[in-house]
Amino acid sequence: MSDIPTLSAGSHQRHGSNIGQPLTRRDGLLKVTGGARYAADNNPDGLLHAVLAVASIARGRVTHLDVEAAKAHPGVVDVMVPGNRPALASDPDEKSNPFMFRLDLLQNDRVRYAGQPIAVVIAETFEAATEGARLLAPTYETEQARTGLEGEPFAPEKVGAGNAARAQSGDVEAELAGSARTLEAVYETPAQYHNAMEPHAVVAHWQGDRLVIDTPSQGLAMAVMRVAGLFGLTPDKILVRSPFLGGGFGSKGFLSSAQILGILAAKLVDRPVKLALTRPQMFGPVGHRAPTRQTLRIGLGQDGKLTAIDHATLTASSTFDDFFEPASDISHTLYAAPAIRTSHEAVRVDTGTPLFMRAPGEATGSIALESAIDEAAETAGLDPLEFRLKNYAEAEPISGLPFSSKALRECYEQGAARFGWADRPREPRTMRDENGLLVGWGMGTATFPALMFEAEARAVIRADGSGVMETGAHDMGQGAWTALAQIAADAIGLDLTRVTFNAGSSDLPNAGIAGGSGHTATAGMALHKAGEAVIAKLADLATEDEASPLFGADNVGVIARDGKLLRRDDESRGEAFGDILKRAGLSNIEARGKAGGDNAAREHYAMHAHGAVFAEVKIDPDLCQIRTTRLVGAFAAGRIINPRLVESQLFGGMIWGVSFALHEEGIQDKRSGRIVNGDFGEYHVPVNADVPSLEAILVHEEDQLVNLLGIKGVGEIGITGTGGAIANAIWHATGKRLRRFPIRPADLLG
Amino acid sequence: MDFSISLTINGVERRITFDDPRVTLLDLFRERLHLTGTKKGCDRGQCGACTILVDGRRINSCLALALSHDGASITTIEGLAKDDQLHPVQAAFIENDGFQCGFCTPGQIMSAVGLIAEGHAGTDPERVREGMSGNLCRCGAYAGITKAVIEAQKSAGEARTGEAA
Amino acid sequence: MNRFDYIRPTSLDEAIAAASQPGSAFLAAGTNLLDLMKGNITRPDRIVDITKLPDLDRIETLEDGSTRIGALVKNADLAYHEDFAARFPAVAEALLSGASAQLRNAASVGGNLLQRTRCRYFYDTASACNKREPGSGCDSLEGENAGQAVLGWSPSCIATHPSDFCVPLAALGAIVEIKGPDGSRDVALTDFHRLPGDRPDIETVLAPGELVVAIRLPAEAAGFAAHSRYLKLRERTSYAFALVSAAAMLRLEDGVIAEARIAIGSVAAKPWRAKSAEAVLKGMKAEPAFFEKAAREAFAEAKPSGDNADKIELGRRIVARALTLASAGTPTEMPALPASPFAPLPGASANGVAHV
Repeated sequence: MSDIPTLSAGSHQRHGSNIGQPLTRRDGLLKVTGGARYAADNNPDGLLHAVLAVASIARGRVTHLDVEAAKAHPGVVDVMVPGNRPALASDPDEKSNPFMFRLDLLQNDRVRYAGQPIAVVIAETFEAATEGARLLAPTYETEQARTGLEGEPFAPEKVGAGNAARAQSGDVEAELAGSARTLEAVYETPAQYHNAMEPHAVVAHWQGDRLVIDTPSQGLAMAVMRVAGLFGLTPDKILVRSPFLGGGFGSKGFLSSAQILGILAAKLVDRPVKLALTRPQMFGPVGHRAPTRQTLRIGLGQDGKLTAIDHATLTASSTFDDFFEPASDISHTLYAAPAIRTSHEAVRVDTGTPLFMRAPGEATGSIALESAIDEAAETAGLDPLEFRLKNYAEAEPISGLPFSSKALRECYEQGAARFGWADRPREPRTMRDENGLLVGWGMGTATFPALMFEAEARAVIRADGSGVMETGAHDMGQGAWTALAQIAADAIGLDLTRVTFNAGSSDLPNAGIAGGSGHTATAGMALHKAGEAVIAKLADLATEDEASPLFGADNVGVIARDGKLLRRDDESRGEAFGDILKRAGLSNIEARGKAGGDNAAREHYAMHAHGAVFAEVKIDPDLCQIRTTRLVGAFAAGRIINPRLVESQLFGGMIWGVSFALHEEGIQDKRSGRIVNGDFGEYHVPVNADVPSLEAILVHEEDQLVNLLGIKGVGEIGITGTGGAIANAIWHATGKRLRRFPIRPADLLG
Repeated sequence: MDFSISLTINGVERRITFDDPRVTLLDLFRERLHLTGTKKGCDRGQCGACTILVDGRRINSCLALALSHDGASITTIEGLAKDDQLHPVQAAFIENDGFQCGFCTPGQIMSAVGLIAEGHAGTDPERVREGMSGNLCRCGAYAGITKAVIEAQKSAGEARTGEAA
Repeated sequence: MNRFDYIRPTSLDEAIAAASQPGSAFLAAGTNLLDLMKGNITRPDRIVDITKLPDLDRIETLEDGSTRIGALVKNADLAYHEDFAARFPAVAEALLSGASAQLRNAASVGGNLLQRTRCRYFYDTASACNKREPGSGCDSLEGENAGQAVLGWSPSCIATHPSDFCVPLAALGAIVEIKGPDGSRDVALTDFHRLPGDRPDIETVLAPGELVVAIRLPAEAAGFAAHSRYLKLRERTSYAFALVSAAAMLRLEDGVIAEARIAIGSVAAKPWRAKSAEAVLKGMKAEPAFFEKAAREAFAEAKPSGDNADKIELGRRIVARALTLASAGTPTEMPALPASPFAPLPGASANGVAHV
């Protein structure tokens, strides 16, 4: 979409570098006035409302739907079922690459998980469509649902985004056998559901052979390709608009069945259709974080050094598709040991296919590993921070690669100092507050890889001296409208107020995906490259023009700043962008830029962000209620584009850590396979009162190897380390090691 | 059968006719009046995204039948700023980064305005946090929200002191 | 949600006549009814909107010194009514620990009494539930039932009543004023909700067309104001239903308990008044050992209805703690976190036995 209206720039006008400034959000004005338009806020003329009917069994067949009853309800226009669903150009069950997830698009009567779409009711009003969906009163042929982790395990070849399922260095069994002390512990994490505040929604509008879709997407280019393949359209016929996502967290990375069904419904009735999921429908067809059971075996030498880490994960995927939570992989990167082994096994259960969910693998793995490391420190008789420093990885453990940068020591140091860690008594159950509540302090190490994907951007400089920078980037709350605009402005040497920044639409250059904490780095680098390219073109115009003060400066080079090109060796000599273009008779000049990971650098270096999280919990000694009263995180994540936004991202991640440790759990009825707590009343995420005190310290780190801008990404790292820190604080408060998450009051009884 | 009610929405009195008794205030605004600032996060009173002020009090508009509110005066997020001047709560949310994705934000802001009008929380952070706990934020912007509410509360207090003087 | 007829009567008699017909439901704020209708758990043919009925929104002191709360008084208005909160602090604290500010601003006190269970299988219309569909069975018995009843349950139903407000009301001997086609009657709150037996679908003593018009607290109930607490255990700090809760009130004379009141929440299909536990305390010193004894007595008859034995232990502890807090005295101002263990705990640390 075109740029967004922002507050008049006055108070935030910057000269020189835009990067690094704590600007308030450029989309803030729209968001605080109700003007930011999310997908379901679109109401084109002639709009109909569609509501999904979903399966209440987890396995079997739909034997009957009372379509007539639904159609008889006043306002209902049509009911889409397998028999009348418009034809697709490709099979929704086709899987031609690992990131093409199988969809449920009414291709047959089969039910493979509870919450699977089985029909779509389309009506003049939302109320009529909703009642129509109920009137379908489906009947089923039900088969016994397969649930839990007790099924026959198998060994997948790949986990997560194509990682090897097994890795090792050294001889774990030999090291364990020769260790002075060993410990083994099993940690369990539950199914979790992304539950962005905005339920998935689509407004689909067929305009002849052209399709316009308003829907939240973390990957616009992928969304276009998926729709193109399913509907047999060329990508140029498809426009996907996603200026704002009401949160994504991974669940909006790939178009879900529900979103495609909205497009199909619009085709069926040949009118624009709006389809939004209900909150309970967010617990089935849009992905989740798979449950895990992780077994950690740790060996220790007399000196308190780790001799071995064996991290084995058992997880679950759906019966019909592959995604395996790569929980063990966290042990690849954090602690040095002569022998490390990671492995994954999985079972098949009757659920929707699990997917990437904020820090997939890292979050689940971290809470187990950081708990186990705390137990190891206790076994070794060492302070948990001292133990971590003693086992600090100077090079990436399994690969042996040097780190491109790693300011984790500084994170430990600054976080501990701020938290007051030095005053922590070693023994558990030794701290009380003035009201008699048990107090515990715990810590965890945070880590997340510094990923780069591929992206493109376009840069334009206009004769009036202003610029246009664009890429189809996605703002799901991380702040793309702001942070990328800051990068974009610097890339062409203009103040932000002189730059129009376009994003959030599939007709812009492909910005890659907003995932893996790599969006700012990836889309930012594309913008940087596009800016560099357009400035180079402009410089060519100037340096080859005898009338320009820059004539002949091509050998020494020029720099772009404040709308001017300046001689690098003599900044008093320069010329305004507009003057260069005007003299050349051009109304504008443009260029494109591409970004991607530097494979050479990545072959030789391990690239990760790091952090240290310190947690204080208070626990009622009788009633067992738990509260995280203080969190201090110190993070080193390369260059910080906008500290205000980065702090918010880190806080958000840390709150997800609180949620992981204490709240979130999708509870499945083992007989029916239905999620029994599938709403916000019973699926608890933290409320404001759950997080009274948060601090995030941004530790300085420079890294020219991850990318030219030095950005590592901050979207996910906050959740790692935090969950473990809280579990460890609970041990410190009570002396109890709780290894099943979330930790509930009743778990502390006895 | 048609139903007709009168509502004052953001200061403008409107007679509204609709054909279905089931319509909630939330769906009335979003789908029939196209006032889409108010958001639907759960539709069951469990998240607070749909918070509006009815006769000055914050409520969940998803659990309010439109028919039952004939004669009510309603403020939504669209009605908060006056003459292009942001309400102090709106300004404080921007300054304190009290949101990320922005989807819960209209509800958070309306809830904050309601909370300040109720006058029970003052500038005590714990009371503000408790009073704002009916508004879920999945992005986790709670720290900024609390700061924003306290800041707006303080400026409201100063404004009152100014008037008295 | 089904389509329904909508009637908004302006007189009580008209409302009662309208609601006497089968398939009718009274609508106050709708914070529970609309939720149930959206979930297709309740599908009334006729909605009788009582929000415009006169005189049901008053809080008044009657000649006999009792306090009368109109059924349409909003939860928040009652909790913040200064005189009421001063006389019945535990009721105010319970109200403010329930739901969210938005819901308390809308929800009526009559509706609070009539709110239905949060049992997950009751809400899931694909599950068997004797309460929702008599005779269909109970899928909770063998299901996910950690939060279910430990007192007064039957094999037909193990659901609990979720209200916070009703717990201190039960302890204080509240009376429910009912008006119906056959006139008016008073029912003690402790007799208002029914235990499930073999008809869990019949939840209260209300007959068709009968309406709760007010709740009365007898004059003597204010005698506990100096030593009253409500305490609620939750899985998050706010905006959550109780795992288990307790109201405790003491009338102390020279350090001796002249009278105690105890009720427990979220343990049964009704707010659970623990009279035998109250008797344990009569004439005793306000000391922890007696509080522990009373707490054990309160759960003497308790038994797990599933995977919820923990609830009995936590219930005992919360009763003992609520008594301890009550004996220390009602806080001078409402805690920032009402009914929370994380509200300041005056006196709780000195003699408290740490169980964890």
